[in-house]
Amino acid sequence: MSHWDIYQSTGKKATRNGFGDGLLEAARKNPKVVALCADLAGSLKMDLFEKEFPERFTQVGVAEANMMGMAAGMATTGLIPYTGTFANFSTGRVFDQIRQSIAYSEKNVKICASHAGLTLGEDGATHQILEDIGLMKMLPGMTVINPADYAQTKAAAMAIADWKGPVYLRFGRPDWPVFTEQLPFEIGKAICLKKGKDVSIFATGHMLWQALEAVRQLETEGIDCELINIHTIKPLDSEAVLESVARTGGAVSCEEHQRHGGLGDSIAQLLALHLPRPMEYVAVNDRFGESGKPTDLLEKYGLGVKDLVLAVKKVLSR
Amino acid sequence: MKTIAELKKIASQVRRDIIRQTWMAKSGHPGGSLGCADFLTALYFQFMRYKLPFTMEGSGEDLFFLSNGHISPLFYSVLARSGHFPVAELNTFRQMNSRLQGHPATHEGLPGVRIASGSLGQGLSVAVGAALGKKAQNDDSLVYVLTGDGELQEGQNWEAIMAAAHYKVDRLIATVDWNGQQIDGTNDKVMSLGDLDAKWRSFGWDVLHMNGNSMEEVLKVLETAIGRTGNGRPIVILMKTEMGFGVDFMMGTHKWHGVAPNDEQTAQALSQLEETLGDF
Repeated sequence: MSHWDIYQSTGKKATRNGFGDGLLEAARKNPKVVALCADLAGSLKMDLFEKEFPERFTQVGVAEANMMGMAAGMATTGLIPYTGTFANFSTGRVFDQIRQSIAYSEKNVKICASHAGLTLGEDGATHQILEDIGLMKMLPGMTVINPADYAQTKAAAMAIADWKGPVYLRFGRPDWPVFTEQLPFEIGKAICLKKGKDVSIFATGHMLWQALEAVRQLETEGIDCELINIHTIKPLDSEAVLESVARTGGAVSCEEHQRHGGLGDSIAQLLALHLPRPMEYVAVNDRFGESGKPTDLLEKYGLGVKDLVLAVKKVLSR
Repeated sequence: MKTIAELKKIASQVRRDIIRQTWMAKSGHPGGSLGCADFLTALYFQFMRYKLPFTMEGSGEDLFFLSNGHISPLFYSVLARSGHFPVAELNTFRQMNSRLQGHPATHEGLPGVRIASGSLGQGLSVAVGAALGKKAQNDDSLVYVLTGDGELQEGQNWEAIMAAAHYKVDRLIATVDWNGQQIDGTNDKVMSLGDLDAKWRSFGWDVLHMNGNSMEEVLKVLETAIGRTGNGRPIVILMKTEMGFGVDFMMGTHKWHGVAPNDEQTAQALSQLEETLGDF
């Protein structure tokens, strides 16, 4: 194990558990925090909150559009509502409600979305939304956060209570390695996990663990990657991205999302405008997902560790 | 408290403001605005407890949400005439750099507006949320929301109607502008709303009816509605109005939903509406 590699998994836990625990902590600290849920309290681990603060929990039933509107109304009166449902129903299904009643109306609503991406697994493409980051980051004033593991999701769920304005917090379903406990979390601030000189990898969400595995593998081949975690996709920590790529000369973006409209596009836009350098995307390429085991799906759709390794080598060869 | 005569005078000026705003902007929605002028005048000048200067949270105040945002010329006139912002600002309606956007928005900071609306079907949900938010903060003031009738074709309304009854949101008074008209024709032709009274009732709401173009009846029914709050049920007023009410050639048709009057039509309309408070 290399000197830099302090990121060992301390066990597996789902990011949605991080959300549930973080929401509970946020609510204990701030009496204005309330929660709404569209018939998925157990799935989003909001049952902890519901049990401790029943009077601050609003079950809305299978009615996501109404949930977004109600959250906007609650926020108008000064509360800090967290909405909870699956990522697909948190974004695509209710895009116009979010656009008009929350984003354009500048409401302090925290849209918390579980079961995002391919790692949702067996439920298949109807639920595996891969377009949500794009939908949300296009909205003016929307903050978009995609934490990497249980610990980061918990930290994010707490931090958004103090962050003024609408937030999209995206997390997932499966148990996933927990390895970021020692890292400081600050909204909008990229985290450098490893300095390197050959290529910069920018990873978000579950893909940070995949990227870490790839970096380890590449190191044995003599390739020295820099690994940066972009948990906040918007506002993007442009300074950190540009500073890193200026040193390494190349970039690989890495996300559980469509190529179109995700983190990769944000980084590509930044580099195209300020620092054109070779870049590769590790993302789903204009396809819907399917049923399967999370890690098998990542492999099949080009999000495996080997795909990351190839992407890095491709950047180096350009 | 104002007399009925005084309220009618305000409503007449509000109608002039609607005509003049849409005429100056050469766009906007005069039909529904004119139809709801008596209701919104009565609400702001007789019943609503609000404080100035405006605060977004409106703690301890009654709140009003406009769901059918296209009747913004009415909303803006009433807000200006009730002291939320200078009346002179009405001449910026729909102009660039104005706080008076085509459809109401919060972004420009126009006092009195608490939610953007225009994309239909969202206001009722917001009002239910605001009423629950007030309840959670032990604020027993009222929340009002106005929706269109065609707007009830949006499914989100029925989600909100269900939720309001489920949570016994009983400090909420919704009003439906039931003029029977929408852009492509009558409700019955476009998409029949069926028995609205039975629908709301079966969802658990307390249903009232009124003629929204009789100031006397508006005052009476609003007072009744307020008196019936706090009884475990949300309240809806099914308000019959005539689109374009107050201007003869705009009445009885859906033609004036989203069309501004030209110079000649404006002169003709204004000749039917007494200037009572001074034009902007």
